[in-house]
Amino acid sequence: MAILIDKNSKVVTQGITGNTGSFHTKHCIEYAFGDQAFVAGVTPGKGGEMVEDVPVYNTVAEARKETGCNVSVIYVPPPYAAAAIDEAVEAEMELVICITEGIPVRDMIATSHRLRETNTTLIGPNCPGVITPDEIKIGIMPGYIHKKGKIGVVSRSGTLTYEVVHQLTQLGLGQSTCVGIGGDPVNGLKHLDVVKLFNEDPDTDGVVLCGEIGGTDEEECADWIAQNMTKPVVGFIAGVTAPPGKRMGHAGAIISGGKGTAAEKIKALQNAGVHVTENPADIGELMQSVLKG
Amino acid sequence: MKIHEYQAKARLREYGIRTPKGVPCFSVDEAMQAADTLGGDFWVVKAQIHAGGRGKAGGVKLARNRDELKEYATEILGKVLVTPQTGPEGQEVRRLYIESGADIAQELYVGAVVDRSRRRVTLMASSEGGTEIEEVAEATPEKIHKVFVQPDIGLTRDEALQLSENIGIPKASLEQGADFMMNLYECFQGEDASLLEVNPLIVTGDGDVIALDGKMNFDENADFRHPNWPELRDTDEEDPNEIEASKYGLSYIALDGSIGCLVNGAGLAMATMDIIKLYGSEPANFLDVGGGATAEQVTGAFKIMLSSSQVKAIMVNIFGGIMRCDVIAEGLVQAAKEVGLSIPLIVRLEGTNVKKGRQILEESGIALTVATTMSDAAQKAVAAVK
Repeated sequence: MAILIDKNSKVVTQGITGNTGSFHTKHCIEYAFGDQAFVAGVTPGKGGEMVEDVPVYNTVAEARKETGCNVSVIYVPPPYAAAAIDEAVEAEMELVICITEGIPVRDMIATSHRLRETNTTLIGPNCPGVITPDEIKIGIMPGYIHKKGKIGVVSRSGTLTYEVVHQLTQLGLGQSTCVGIGGDPVNGLKHLDVVKLFNEDPDTDGVVLCGEIGGTDEEECADWIAQNMTKPVVGFIAGVTAPPGKRMGHAGAIISGGKGTAAEKIKALQNAGVHVTENPADIGELMQSVLKG
Repeated sequence: MKIHEYQAKARLREYGIRTPKGVPCFSVDEAMQAADTLGGDFWVVKAQIHAGGRGKAGGVKLARNRDELKEYATEILGKVLVTPQTGPEGQEVRRLYIESGADIAQELYVGAVVDRSRRRVTLMASSEGGTEIEEVAEATPEKIHKVFVQPDIGLTRDEALQLSENIGIPKASLEQGADFMMNLYECFQGEDASLLEVNPLIVTGDGDVIALDGKMNFDENADFRHPNWPELRDTDEEDPNEIEASKYGLSYIALDGSIGCLVNGAGLAMATMDIIKLYGSEPANFLDVGGGATAEQVTGAFKIMLSSSQVKAIMVNIFGGIMRCDVIAEGLVQAAKEVGLSIPLIVRLEGTNVKKGRQILEESGIALTVATTMSDAAQKAVAAVK
């Protein structure tokens, strides 16, 4: 068991004929059970082609009908990416992972609204993807730094997640699933949703939660953890030194109107019983010591 | 991306929102001509800078005659305004907006932002216009009224009327108030704004509803829909280093410390700044070199960091994923040679092909310190500047 994805997932890559889509699909196919999992690609107008031995279809609905795919990963360029999510939702994908960075907020507001009444789960956009080590990797993370195990990781950023995973793996702490929820202000699953899934997953013993400045997702997650979480959580919030009013790379990483500071988030997490470190190099060791109790 | 008040008002007018008549000016002469063009008995001289809080800093003045107009235009143009939003160094005024004076009976606040938790555009309005809205929210939260707009329906007439009533727009002007609210929402959507604030929105003695100010930021992700944005951009208002960085595809923000940071990925870049502080120094910048980290980008990044005399050491923190460490190391070496680095360079590489990457660094003949972990790198960088 793991959360969201495992070796039985059947994946369609939307935007598979683009440079990014084909490059990462190749690496995902090479990882663990990827060769069984990546069954289809979609690029409108390129149906009938093959990319990395994967058949390309014109629409997600067609790909689903032909291959039974239930998960979509999206590398479509920003102007068309929200429409690509809509298409995957209409084709009743169970899970949509949108890697694309740079989708306008207006588009994501409309798309998330349409998503509400459906059974589709969205992860991202502007995220590295999801990996269940030794089973399946859907996204752009380097597969080899991961190790199968019992720690769940949820984070808004890419390379910071790799850093955390690397620390865990070096200490022999494998991961159940690692979820990058993305750095945009309007996105799919939030920290809270993923932490809930980890709490219910019998194969997850502890959770690393990486947050950053901007918004109040971490605070809302902290409220839930305080009341409901049965597993230890280690937390880190990036951006203690970030100045207000400046967008720190990620569209969502901005302190505006005095809200969304690292200090507020750290306080909320600490009050909820989360083991928070202010040293990003100590996240793995802190988890190790917490598990030893 | 931010734009000036006069530009924001031009956008607002396109959506049917009433504003006073005004003329943007770059010199005192132009300001005097503007008064002739506008006519009337009194004018408002308004400094055009991207930061808010202009009024309190002396950047907005009411001129009751032509002599006063000349006096204020001369005074404000070229003045360095220091407001809570400019930082202590302030912002030089290079543009003025000369506006016809208005007969103010009531000052209100209306703003539109994105509520991230609800995933909706939110209209915020208050009877307490003309002051800092954050202060109103703090002291008297009951005076802030919100509408979370349904994305598939948009702001309804009923919601717009109700909001107008809630903030005390008089009965006779309610229809005008509702028009304003609906037009403001349309403008926010149509222009891909990330923030749209009218503070104050006024009701005049005759009962007209008029936007006396306008503050507008754009969602840069939507630039492909707005070919006119480059014309609206005022690079005088931006940090020249940030502009230079964007040419290399780098995301850069200047800070006050002495250790320059070069990192791939925004989250790791923030974490790197934080760990420098944790070990007792301060970061000189945020710099995300992105996933590629090519020699060209790294060279550009080095040049930008070295252009500041406050930078006493540079810490590179790269987690190589798809991009291999050996490729990054070669880029670093090439860049360091090209710019002729004269301050300590501490490099921490981790990830794909890290051994080969470190080897390239060590054999490069360049004076640099190779660090193994983030802590190690931060400690070495802090020691180098102490």
